[in-house]
Amino acid sequence: MSCVLELKNLGFVYGKGTPFEKRAVDDVSLTIEKGEFIGVIGHTGSGKSTLMQMLNGLIRPTEGQVILEGKDIWEEPKKIRSVRFKVGMVFQYPEYQLFEETVYKDIAFGAQNMGKEGEELDKAVTQAARFTDLKPELLQKSPFDLSGGEKRRAAIAGVIAMDPEVLVLDEPTAGLDPMGREVLLSQMVRYHKERQNTVLLVSHTMEDIARVADRIIVMNKGRLAMFENTKEVFRRSDELEQYGLKVPQITKIMQDLRQKGFDVPEGVLTVDEAFSVLVPLLKKEGKLW
Amino acid sequence: MSFVSIRDVRFSYAQEGEQPVVNAVDGVSLDIEKGEFIAVIGHNGCGKSTLAKHLNAMLLPDSGSVVIDGDDTSVEENTYTIREKVGLVLQNPDNQLVASIVEEDVAFGPENLGVEPSEIRRRVDEALKAVDMYEYREHAPHKLSGGQKQRVAIAGILAIQPQCIVLDEPTAMLDPSGRQEVISTLLKLNREQKMTVVLITHYMDEAVLADRVVVMDSGKILIQGTPDEVFSQVELLKKHRLDVPQSAELAFRLTGCGLSLKSIPLTQADCVAMLEEAMR
Repeated sequence: MSCVLELKNLGFVYGKGTPFEKRAVDDVSLTIEKGEFIGVIGHTGSGKSTLMQMLNGLIRPTEGQVILEGKDIWEEPKKIRSVRFKVGMVFQYPEYQLFEETVYKDIAFGAQNMGKEGEELDKAVTQAARFTDLKPELLQKSPFDLSGGEKRRAAIAGVIAMDPEVLVLDEPTAGLDPMGREVLLSQMVRYHKERQNTVLLVSHTMEDIARVADRIIVMNKGRLAMFENTKEVFRRSDELEQYGLKVPQITKIMQDLRQKGFDVPEGVLTVDEAFSVLVPLLKKEGKLW
Repeated sequence: MSFVSIRDVRFSYAQEGEQPVVNAVDGVSLDIEKGEFIAVIGHNGCGKSTLAKHLNAMLLPDSGSVVIDGDDTSVEENTYTIREKVGLVLQNPDNQLVASIVEEDVAFGPENLGVEPSEIRRRVDEALKAVDMYEYREHAPHKLSGGQKQRVAIAGILAIQPQCIVLDEPTAMLDPSGRQEVISTLLKLNREQKMTVVLITHYMDEAVLADRVVVMDSGKILIQGTPDEVFSQVELLKKHRLDVPQSAELAFRLTGCGLSLKSIPLTQADCVAMLEEAMR
């Protein structure tokens, strides 16, 4: 594996030199390997959105460096635009950013700005639509006629069409119902698997993060509180709660059982996993068929 | 008679030039008693928000009736009385705060109702204390966290002194601790002030706290009952692609393998106790 993103002592202060000065990110250093699926969690105001915005140069760090594929993204400030094609960013409630006449044109907008045209552009758009599970007949509709979940996916398709090396999704499932959440999440997992690029997913829904992330960045008060693999992070549930975060209910249940002396592993993250751990134990007691 | 009495309500949205959305609410009857805490769950588009907007005459039924404390919502003269009795809180706190200072925002409702200034002062203080935001009374709303903003929005409703508060996904845009703040505020209002609460939510861990859960699907009520009754129907809920608490899903799958249970556990503690008993 090779390193795609490296953050070195990264920091950011809002309104520096004014009476409203406020530190949002404080001395964050980490490296992300190519092809990883990273979860990002943290309390509101923990600095995670500010951190994400520094990854593609939307805001310029007040300290430290963002190194993308071996190169400081601010080395040549005039070329910062090209960084934004490499690190694609999907903001919260991206459906508010749809504006074109048709879904197709909306998805194509970013890719077109990159210089894609003709067949190449068409391929990028149809592929992005497929990754986000938008049916071909929707593409000629106005984006404003889509359902909430479809609009959300159309907005994400617009970023995917640019084929970014790193895709950052800031709370992509917020406000969706359980089914919409499920569809979006499994599409993102499929996209990641097929494209093998790097995905950063910011979310408050721990159940979602637990299901999909290889490693998790935990932010607290602007600092990097943890950066470990998913099991390890959720194993430290007491610590997470101190940061104002919650672990999935199923993880807590299994942890309580472990504390009561039952032979169950640490860091159980999904109902499937708990089920397969418990079945043999219950069978031994003669409680199952 | 119940505080809220909904009888066979049907409602369709008119859409220009296109087929109307057929019956967003399609024959719903529901009674809500004073002091009840009701959770309404269901997919986007199942009609739950549309139904909520019928509770304070924001929408009027195409057919059927909605009667709030004896007043029919379709009679225009009743509109203001009804809106004083039933307050509505929406999903996005940023869309419902109007003033630049917290206490002025909370005062907006009673000011519009022509309440005496000294009485407004009393109500604002009381409402802000009820949602635990009194110490922020002189802050600017836009500088608060999501959970704090949403509690200010709730205080704004409380200052009107309604008997019922209807919340349409009030926690959808909040982080876990913000969600916790809002939900404990609602529980406190319900238990201490006997406020009637109708909570529309996608979060099953919030729904299990209610006295009664109403599940909507395609404009109709699919099932309703106590959280125990509703969430033990894991199969039915899954079939309609609705979530159940993880504890209930686990228990349900284990019963499928032969485990016998008295009831389906909805909370972490119940689930641990159930598994402990089964494995000892």
